[in-house]
Amino acid sequence: MKTYLPIIGLEIHVELRTKSKMFCGCPADHFGKEPNTQTCPVCLGLPGALPVPNQQAIIWTLMIGQAFNATLNLESKFDRKHYFYPDLPKGYQISQYDEPLCSGGVVTLPEGVISLTRIHLEEDTGKLQHTTLNGQPVSLVDFNRSGVPLVEIVSEPQIHSAATAKTYAQTIRQIIHFLGVSDCDMEKGSMRLEANISLMSINPGSKPQTDPGFIRLPQYKVEVKNINSFRFLEKAINAEIQRQTAILDRGQLPRQETRGFTEVTGTTKSQRSKEAAKDYRYFPEPDIPPLKFTPSQFKTLIPQLPLMPQAYLDLFIKTYDLRPDYAQTLTASPKLAAKSLAAFILAQKQGLDPAALANLMINQKAITVKLSPSALVNLLQSKIKTSQPQSKTTTLMPLVREVLKQNPDLVTKYHQGKVSVIGALIGAVKKLSPSPVDPQTVQQLLTQALAQK
Amino acid sequence: MRLKHTTVISWSSLYFEIMLLDQSIHQISTLLRQKNLSSVELVTEAYQTIKEINPQINAFITLVEQNLALKQARNVDQNRVKFTSPLAGIPYLLKDSYVTQSLRTTAASAVLQNFIPPYSATVYHRLEDSGAILIGKMNMDAWGHGGSTENTDFKPTKNPYELSRVAGGSSGGPAAALACRLAAFAIGEDTGGSIRNPAAWTNTTGLKVTYGRVSRYGCIAYASSFDTVGPMAKTAADCALVLKAIAGQDPYDATSAVQPVPDYYQKLTQSLKGKTIGIPTDLYGDGLDEPIKTAILKQKKVFQALGLKLVELKMPLLRYGLAVYYLIGLSETSSNLARYDGLRFGQDRHFFTTETMRRIMIGTYALSAGYYDAYYRQAQKGRTLLIREYDQAFTHCDVLLMPVNPISPPKFGELIADPLTNIMADIYTVTQNPVGLPSLAVPCGFTPNQLPIGLQLVGQLFAEDLLLAIGHQYQQVTTWHLQKPQLL
Repeated sequence: MKTYLPIIGLEIHVELRTKSKMFCGCPADHFGKEPNTQTCPVCLGLPGALPVPNQQAIIWTLMIGQAFNATLNLESKFDRKHYFYPDLPKGYQISQYDEPLCSGGVVTLPEGVISLTRIHLEEDTGKLQHTTLNGQPVSLVDFNRSGVPLVEIVSEPQIHSAATAKTYAQTIRQIIHFLGVSDCDMEKGSMRLEANISLMSINPGSKPQTDPGFIRLPQYKVEVKNINSFRFLEKAINAEIQRQTAILDRGQLPRQETRGFTEVTGTTKSQRSKEAAKDYRYFPEPDIPPLKFTPSQFKTLIPQLPLMPQAYLDLFIKTYDLRPDYAQTLTASPKLAAKSLAAFILAQKQGLDPAALANLMINQKAITVKLSPSALVNLLQSKIKTSQPQSKTTTLMPLVREVLKQNPDLVTKYHQGKVSVIGALIGAVKKLSPSPVDPQTVQQLLTQALAQK
Repeated sequence: MRLKHTTVISWSSLYFEIMLLDQSIHQISTLLRQKNLSSVELVTEAYQTIKEINPQINAFITLVEQNLALKQARNVDQNRVKFTSPLAGIPYLLKDSYVTQSLRTTAASAVLQNFIPPYSATVYHRLEDSGAILIGKMNMDAWGHGGSTENTDFKPTKNPYELSRVAGGSSGGPAAALACRLAAFAIGEDTGGSIRNPAAWTNTTGLKVTYGRVSRYGCIAYASSFDTVGPMAKTAADCALVLKAIAGQDPYDATSAVQPVPDYYQKLTQSLKGKTIGIPTDLYGDGLDEPIKTAILKQKKVFQALGLKLVELKMPLLRYGLAVYYLIGLSETSSNLARYDGLRFGQDRHFFTTETMRRIMIGTYALSAGYYDAYYRQAQKGRTLLIREYDQAFTHCDVLLMPVNPISPPKFGELIADPLTNIMADIYTVTQNPVGLPSLAVPCGFTPNQLPIGLQLVGQLFAEDLLLAIGHQYQQVTTWHLQKPQLL
């Protein structure tokens, strides 16, 4: 039985949320708009129309590059990529071929570091709608999306499992979300995933050599498109690994082709083989002069990056002593992370424990979710005040008795000498109490009560 | 009967009746401003001459409705003070490669036979702001593909000097119309000689501007990195007035230049003392018709008399110009024409002419995987060599004196039947576009058969003011440009 190492690279497309489109003044926000209401001669590709690049989109692409530690290229250009499709009005897409805005870069995952090949900027296409009109099946084109700025992030083939691919994609999404340059909404299509997958045979017994410098890539690769969620990404890759394994086990080589993922069946289906591969006839876009920057221009053009998720995590765990899982929860979105940080800073100023505030935010999410940082701190303060009388035996003792009544088996265990169950009992009291309690007081009361029994 | 107007004109010692549109833009503009003439009279004359002459030469694809033009003329007449431009109230023509809102625009192709654009080109807007009055969209080689206006789906334009001959191209329609004084000026488009070639063959003056000098927005693209928007007129002075109105940066064209626009008309009289004209002797050898060569070289004395110095030099690399031009130009055109699939507007690609299909095929081939390096990339290297060759030449001189066409206007069918000779005819006008240089074509003589001959002055980037000054001062001491076809 041979074993195989999956070789996976991802291409991620992200629509930027700029005000206007990539090469014209039409609004870029196209989701849910009435079809063909946000178009002009440029994004319709009418005779004589010319593209003028959107500076904001270029700056935001550079920002993304900076966030992934990519090299921002001093010279860059746009190219024309030719193919025919009804949603591509000019017969070519303006993209970047051999001189992208950013080269290299890294994405740091718990599993390790994945290198990026490049980050480039292009225009989105229109959208086909297959529908029925007067009883006839028709395909209609909506050009509202035509020309919306689209950033493509290409990874090196350094991912070796579906799970890592998922983590990688989620990390990219989180970082771009924190930059505030895209909604990264998979359902709205503002983030799209494509995976290149192949399998490398490994001699049994030998240690897999995963150093990119030493890997000799397989002779084929299969591109999988039409992946609409992180879950499907994982499913599609696993399905593809299974399919390719079966072929290789038979002693054959999988075909180099493009396949589409089908959600219903959870499998991939061939769309286009290598023989039918397109020749895009790339050449430099003559309507847009090459982009040239100086290092000092990068400094003045690119705004300072906001705090990234990892920086928040480090702060929350190391500086504010949060539990790692709570820290994760509070960095789920850039808004929540920023609010949490502001609240922690405020809490510390007032001599309160940020970790206690974090507990409050997570355990009473329904109440705290809409509160401002200062309101959160006030709430914590009032809770501590009201909880003070409760630390007295008079108010807590009834709760302690109730807990003992509810957990007879724990009480028995305790009396049998398993003193450690006291922890579980403390927890139960905590749960029962409407306000925070001091664990030490509870422990004293529990010991007292148990001794009486 | 044609409407006549009696005025004493500066270049004539005779007091006689002449056509209004035979006068210079400056003269017409002065008459209009002094209210010795109305724009309505001017426009009326234009339409009458068109009615009489155009059926013989077929210069128009679309004639603007006379009522519409007259309405605009009345507006200018009534609001004279509002219009400061010398072009106000003056009728002009657009090559049909410029989109005009609600007015059919075809690029002379059946593909766009019924195309009504929803927007207008920047050059149209600028002229509209100046108060100039558009009266027609003119014939051309479809998409700019040609040098004879035979590759049109709207029947070829005829040369007013001999109706059995071509008017040149691709801007043949506007050139022939100006030769017949059907308007005061026109906007042509030059990708590899398309303004200069028909100007030289119709005894008119045409300026190919520096790449980026005039906005290309709304100009139907042939080869985007070569295409230039420029004036065509009777004289260099007229071209100067038009260029001033249309030049300058445009937020809708990322390749338009930021350089300030000088007052070209005021600079017409600048001193030429100390300026040098270079004569690339290798361009005057084989392949150049003897009468053309003789006519151009005769002008050396005239230029010397204007205070210009002459120097002979060699530019051997220009011989690669045709290969560079056709590989890059056709690569770009194969891309630019990809949008004409008949899905959203226009008719489908079966309506392209054979010549256009040939150009699309060659360009597609040059960009294809496996051939890109041998053709497109190699041509771009050749382009760099052309740039260096011109840079080198301009270390010895300020402008270069070159022929425009190697031959006189051929008879119909002679060129188009032979695609290679057709290409060779462009030899003198295709090297400037890959470099981006400006070039002015002016009349300089006639062949023994009374066919017009033109010369071109090629300048450094953004040296239009010098080219126009030399052209103007040359036209002050010569009379070739005053000759008109016997048709009139």
